Amino acid sequence: MAHSAAAAYDKLIFELSSPGRVAWSLADADVPEADARTLLPAKHLRSEAPALPEVSEFDVVRHYSRLSRMNYAVDTHFYPLGSCTMKYNPRINEDMARLAGFARLHPLAAEAVAQGALQLMHELARDLAEIAGMDAVSLQPAAGAQGEFAGVLMIRAYHRSRGEKRTKVLVPDSAHGTNPASTALAGYEVVEVKSLANGEVDVDALARTLDTDVAAFMITVPNTLGMFEPRIVEITELCHARGVQVYMDGANLNAILGITRPGDLGFDVCHFNLHKTFTTPHGGGGPGAGPVGVKAHLEPFLPVPVVTKAGDAYALDWKRPKSIGKLQAFWGNFGMLVRAYTYIRTMGPDGLRAVSDNAILNANYIMKRLEKVYDIAVPGPCMHECVLSARRQKKLGVTATDIAKRLLDLGFYAPSTYFPLIVEEALMIEPTETEAKETLDQFCDAMIQIARETETTAAVIHDAPLTTPVRRLDQTKAAREPDLRWSRRP
Amino acid sequence: MANVPKDLKYTREHEWAKQEGDSVRVGITAYAQEQLGDVVFVELPKVGAKVTATKNFGVVESVKAVSDLFAPISGEVVEINGELSQKPETVNQDPYGRGWMIVVKPSNKGEWDQLLTAQQYEDFLARAAH
Amino acid sequence: MASRYIANTADEQKRMLGVIGAGSIEELLVKIPAKVRLARPLGLVPAMAETDLIRHLKALAGKNADADSHVCFMGAGSYDHYVPSPINHLVSRGEFFTAYTPYQPEASQGTLRTIYEYQTMIAELTGMDVANASIYDGASSLAEAALMAHAVTARNEIVLSRGVHPLYKRVTATYCEGPGIRLRDAAGPDGVTDLEAARKVVGAKTAALVIQTPNFYGCLEDVAVAAEIAHGAGALLVVVADPVNLGVLEAPGKLGADIVIGEGQGLGVPLSFGGPNLGVFAAKKELVRRMPGRLVGATVDSDGARGFVLTLQTREQHIRRAKATSNICTNVALCALMATVYLATLGRRGLVRVGELSTAKAHYAAERLTKIPGISLRFAAPFFKEFALKLAKPPERVVTRLAKQGFLAGVPLKSFDRALADCLLVAVTEKRTKAEIDGFAAALEKAVA
Repeated sequence: MAHSAAAAYDKLIFELSSPGRVAWSLADADVPEADARTLLPAKHLRSEAPALPEVSEFDVVRHYSRLSRMNYAVDTHFYPLGSCTMKYNPRINEDMARLAGFARLHPLAAEAVAQGALQLMHELARDLAEIAGMDAVSLQPAAGAQGEFAGVLMIRAYHRSRGEKRTKVLVPDSAHGTNPASTALAGYEVVEVKSLANGEVDVDALARTLDTDVAAFMITVPNTLGMFEPRIVEITELCHARGVQVYMDGANLNAILGITRPGDLGFDVCHFNLHKTFTTPHGGGGPGAGPVGVKAHLEPFLPVPVVTKAGDAYALDWKRPKSIGKLQAFWGNFGMLVRAYTYIRTMGPDGLRAVSDNAILNANYIMKRLEKVYDIAVPGPCMHECVLSARRQKKLGVTATDIAKRLLDLGFYAPSTYFPLIVEEALMIEPTETEAKETLDQFCDAMIQIARETETTAAVIHDAPLTTPVRRLDQTKAAREPDLRWSRRP
Repeated sequence: MANVPKDLKYTREHEWAKQEGDSVRVGITAYAQEQLGDVVFVELPKVGAKVTATKNFGVVESVKAVSDLFAPISGEVVEINGELSQKPETVNQDPYGRGWMIVVKPSNKGEWDQLLTAQQYEDFLARAAH
Repeated sequence: MASRYIANTADEQKRMLGVIGAGSIEELLVKIPAKVRLARPLGLVPAMAETDLIRHLKALAGKNADADSHVCFMGAGSYDHYVPSPINHLVSRGEFFTAYTPYQPEASQGTLRTIYEYQTMIAELTGMDVANASIYDGASSLAEAALMAHAVTARNEIVLSRGVHPLYKRVTATYCEGPGIRLRDAAGPDGVTDLEAARKVVGAKTAALVIQTPNFYGCLEDVAVAAEIAHGAGALLVVVADPVNLGVLEAPGKLGADIVIGEGQGLGVPLSFGGPNLGVFAAKKELVRRMPGRLVGATVDSDGARGFVLTLQTREQHIRRAKATSNICTNVALCALMATVYLATLGRRGLVRVGELSTAKAHYAAERLTKIPGISLRFAAPFFKEFALKLAKPPERVVTRLAKQGFLAGVPLKSFDRALADCLLVAVTEKRTKAEIDGFAAALEKAVA
């Protein structure tokens, strides 16, 4: 047994509860305090206090500190998750988002007393539009998936405004799952388009599929194999010639900052994942932010409200009759917008260009170092990420999952596995620009070691992970007998 | 090669069908459950529902995959395997026996002849493997 | 100039290119057609040094009237509740905030355990069987609940009480457009829903009846009667509730709710100009396979030790794609962690105390403010921590004037409901002191005089 010290801890906060302990501090009532029971009709009142834990403040701090140590995170481990852009999260971003003027600002504060926040939003939208070559940006979507949803709804509204009834959206088989899900949610039939073996769009097949029922074609650039789509301009022109709008999933924007722009490639809509390219933290799954950029012909359909500027005054414009409506109760994940704004100002135009250059360099370096021991999905050069296939290893009984688990033991988080779906035993590696060469070398050494172990001592891979707080978990049991909340054992 | 009983008929989507008097019992093949891995959930239609040959009648799920179930034959569902809601693993353990899914009263007996024979299904699997 | 977020030096770049076999980074970009290459630098403000940038952002932040610089009586879905200090410190641990979604469970037990705790706490507060790991905000949670009710019942109408937050309704309308779900209103002229009128609207086509309590105007609704109406028609009851109130107010699940959603911002999440917020989503266990969003479940590892994983993932977009229960991927996990630490800190008795103090202070404030000539309570129905005042002067002007005196006086209702153009929605949390309320009353008295 090689479990780390973290493994010794197996508590949930409920199991620390000791009746009578408190971790809170509230002043005694300074108003004449009537019992809630006399203020409110009894039928509205809870008959029993909720079964929440009773612990001390130090219990809280130690418990969650110990739990935090059971995670691998960008701060502690190289995190080469493809398509996720796990780059360093700058600390100044966190400080700025916590300034009281931002963090303690009420969303319905009158515009006159929220000018700083509105100015920041206006400038960020303008910056994102410049970065993507778009004419207008809405900051409202809470995440990439909501950005996609908004984008597809705008396309739908656009076609309708022209009296066109198009019913289908084309999505490649290599797409992120949110693409078809968001498209279906917007009321479209999703038609999956087969990619060529190298992950590129089959332009001839596309041309045959683009009929008058097709509203949009939705693709990721660079694609999910980490490759730039070489015929992209031809594709967007072909779509436009058939009245089809083209949507770019901006998940991989980190590869093209200052190099090329979705708008210049011919895209009508694209979304941004601020939690990928623009360093807002992933937070264990969120919050993120998924602003959506559009060309001028789609601008009337942007979600309401839109931040506008007249003279020196900023305002929220609600009078937009063609708008698709609202996506969030308020204006967007503002805390994330402050972070992204801070990052863009920190980097400037040259810095952002250097981001993509180094992201591309790092990914190509990894691909080169690993191409002899693993199959590569597509020959390089790649953009900001590369996709390997463990098909050679699988013949020896070692799967992509096994490799991922072994990497955990060797001190690295795992690449994305089994995505894109079109690559057998896929291992998708995105190093990002913030990692140093020595880290990339250590990771490549570990990958090479695992390839060697596959041929010699595969048991060590199958047993992995041994050093994590728990070993491989029984996913089948979790799904067959769902246990989704704690209860005191009888 | 996966077990393919001779007395059953098959679909290309890996369902089996068994003639039982006036009714047809339906399940998924040993090959299908192997491909899927540990089955964790099966969603079946209600008794009385109508199913249509080659059309979806339910869903079978493993931890990380979802597979639609396709009816081998059109008709009315007269029985469903209630045990699967509590013990989905039965599909893995005994796909041709206790892991059956629905019994259909066929509305178009002609469809029976459209189904693959055991030999045809075995050939189909052999081709798919190459 | 070198960037502090990029490690590669020019020399290291050269060595890496040597391994790759390329002469320059430019050579790696060969697949990008020359005609679409950006031939100029991006038109952005040049890079700023850290100290200059801090100065700039502090200046922007300083232009805003926040709840530190002003005494906050604003609510309408976003509240100035007590935030215990440990929350910010714990969510600022890099091990939490720089981790990804816990797809590799062995290396993500910290996040998974906190989500499991969160699910347990939310299920307990709402009186439901299961809670998910979060949706974006209260509004998108309501939209997801409407879609879920539509999927569960195969019916096409959602009946929404007039007391449901108007902005939540707008978001729900956006989400219901694609599937063609029709939204219908149930009237609420007296501050609470006219349930007998609702009974006539809810019928065989109704997928769900949605009721919010306390509602947008602060008034308490009769959830049990709403449940009877919904269930009588074979529809689901969706209740919109603020979980921070549920230390004192009855769990909607006990009153018959099938789905409970809400905005969890009050549970230790910063106001942050409205986002990120915390979309709470809980349901009965029969509905779990139609639920949107991530779920964490307990299981065991290969040694038999307790461990946690993301489970029932076949509902989600990365597996079911176009047929997923929702398109949600990224959620608001870190806000859910704030809520978890908040609820651990407040615990069984603290949350009750927050509710008792909020309602006591709100009732004191209502009494004090309605003694002012020209101010009255707009609605007679019982309220919890928020109430609508009818003012003799235009609320917008009153708000502007009070902001200059250090008060965020409340939310004018005109933009939400023209019929309430003379009304101001005032929220009072446990944080407000008697001195603040009295000071507010004095300032308000002058403003409406």
